[in-house]
Amino acid sequence: MKRVLSGVAFTVALPIILIVLWWIFSTVSPSFFVPTPPELISTFFDTWFGPRLWNDVLPSIARFAVGVSIAIALGIVVGLLVGLNRDLRSFTEPVFEFFRALPPPVIIPVLLLLFGPSNTTKVVVIVLAAIWPVLLNTIEGVRAADPVQSDTSRSYGITGFARVRYQILPGAAPQILAGIRQALPIGLILMVISEMFGAFAGLGFSIIQFQRRFAIPEMWSGILVLGLLGYTVAVVFRAVERRILRWYYGLKELENG
Amino acid sequence: MAEPTTPLHTVSHGRTLPPEETLLSVRGLRKVYHTDGGDIEAVRDLTFDLGKNELTCLVGPSGSGKTTLLKCTAGLLAPTSGEVILDGKTVTGPPKKMAVVFQEYGRSLFPWLRVAANVELPLKHAGVDKAKRTALVEEALHNVGLDHVPQSYPWQLSGGMQQRVAIARAIAYQPEVLLMDEPFAAVDAQTRADLEDLVRKVRKELGISVLFVTHDIDESVYLGERVIMLSNSPTVVQEDLLVDLPEERDQLETRALPRFTELRHHVYEQIQLAKKGFRPDADPAQ
Ligand SMILES: Nc1ncnc2c1ncn2[C@@H]1O[C@H](COP(=O)(O)OP(=O)(O)O)[C@@H](O)[C@H]1O
Ligand SMILES: [Mg+2]
Repeated sequence: MKRVLSGVAFTVALPIILIVLWWIFSTVSPSFFVPTPPELISTFFDTWFGPRLWNDVLPSIARFAVGVSIAIALGIVVGLLVGLNRDLRSFTEPVFEFFRALPPPVIIPVLLLLFGPSNTTKVVVIVLAAIWPVLLNTIEGVRAADPVQSDTSRSYGITGFARVRYQILPGAAPQILAGIRQALPIGLILMVISEMFGAFAGLGFSIIQFQRRFAIPEMWSGILVLGLLGYTVAVVFRAVERRILRWYYGLKELENG
Repeated sequence: MAEPTTPLHTVSHGRTLPPEETLLSVRGLRKVYHTDGGDIEAVRDLTFDLGKNELTCLVGPSGSGKTTLLKCTAGLLAPTSGEVILDGKTVTGPPKKMAVVFQEYGRSLFPWLRVAANVELPLKHAGVDKAKRTALVEEALHNVGLDHVPQSYPWQLSGGMQQRVAIARAIAYQPEVLLMDEPFAAVDAQTRADLEDLVRKVRKELGISVLFVTHDIDESVYLGERVIMLSNSPTVVQEDLLVDLPEERDQLETRALPRFTELRHHVYEQIQLAKKGFRPDADPAQ
């Protein structure tokens, strides 16, 4: 119990210190550009727990969720196909590396021309940015399948889809999840950026709007929403990952301990 | 060492059997690995038959191509030339009723599945119903002395226990042919004795044929009805020895028989010769 408490204390100590420092400085030398903590909190609730929740926040989250889900599903499926097929791999690898090297925001103008400032554009932007780490990690994970495990599968007649399901996918899961871990923040970044170009609603759009109108506490509160969103995504992901990869962490612990 | 009391039944090539007694035939098997560093002729020319319900041991120096032979037999590797015939049909891929226990036992288990699930997987994939599956898994784990760990992960077990899980998986699958590649290398002496008797029991009860690779000469004589000795690489059959010990083997009594000592002695000499480079195919008298 004592250990748990000291653990919690350790985790929250730095955030508390930072907030206290911020409070002191914003009170001692007030600035138009930096609100005090109480100001920010009250602005946060006033700004986001009204119509904006429905008009801006939830649609943004929905686009993020849809885009990232498509990126994960597509990345895994294509990654499995490519990873299991040597010819397909050498055929596609240079192309993949090229697209991965492109900074994702540069595709926004292209997509705006194609689809206009629609939901489609924003979701496609997220998919095209978030898919690469999932795809390339899946290919790597599939390629790294243990040959003895593969022989075992084959000798028991576990081939094709069954092999993917029972051997390849679980074996590649640590790599795939590492890819998803990278994809999530990328998706979030592109969710915001896609709303800063030719958009009329959304979290990113709202923050830009506040900035242009010099609604400084509102702008900061938008950043807080994004921070909380990113944090929640990370926490949920970690919980899911721990569950799926329980065997993997146990194994690693044993190897390293 | 005195001369054998009765002559040994031995030939310096692989024995072939009449078709009605044969389950598996290896004919002129050759395997060359093509690597970046050049070609490696792992197996030159192997011909022998495995009889129905027969337990044949395969011994040979390390690097003599035992694993290569086993993988070709299992349909996991395509021979460079020659063929493997099971039940009259040429093996081109892994046959349905064959199970393999791999030398790298630890890596042949799926670390994301618990012990019981590992043993169950091949049965599940083969479409065996749940109740039968559970019974087979339980029995197999009991047979290898692992009733107490079905919910552990393989990597939580010792090397010897992992190997027993792999053996349990093969037995639960109820194959007609069981191929085992140095399966007892990692287990302690007592467990090893138990597992040796288990293999003989399973062979008898299920009426299956076993091809058992080992580097342990005592083990090959104790277990086998026949011992095939391989030459050094590139590999041919050095000798094929009939083990004329009683059908019922007993760890203490069988190993104390004078005949056991004679056979063991003979296999030992042949392996020493093989290690020194003696080859039946190089002998002009052959
Ligand atoms: N995948 C492979 N690629 C190239 N050479 C191999 C491969 N597998 C085995 N060999 C070579 O073939 C020979 C026989 O190996 P192996 O069948 O494993 O022998 P054993 O099981 O009797 O120790 C060795 O010289 C080994 O280096
Ligand atoms: Mg070997």
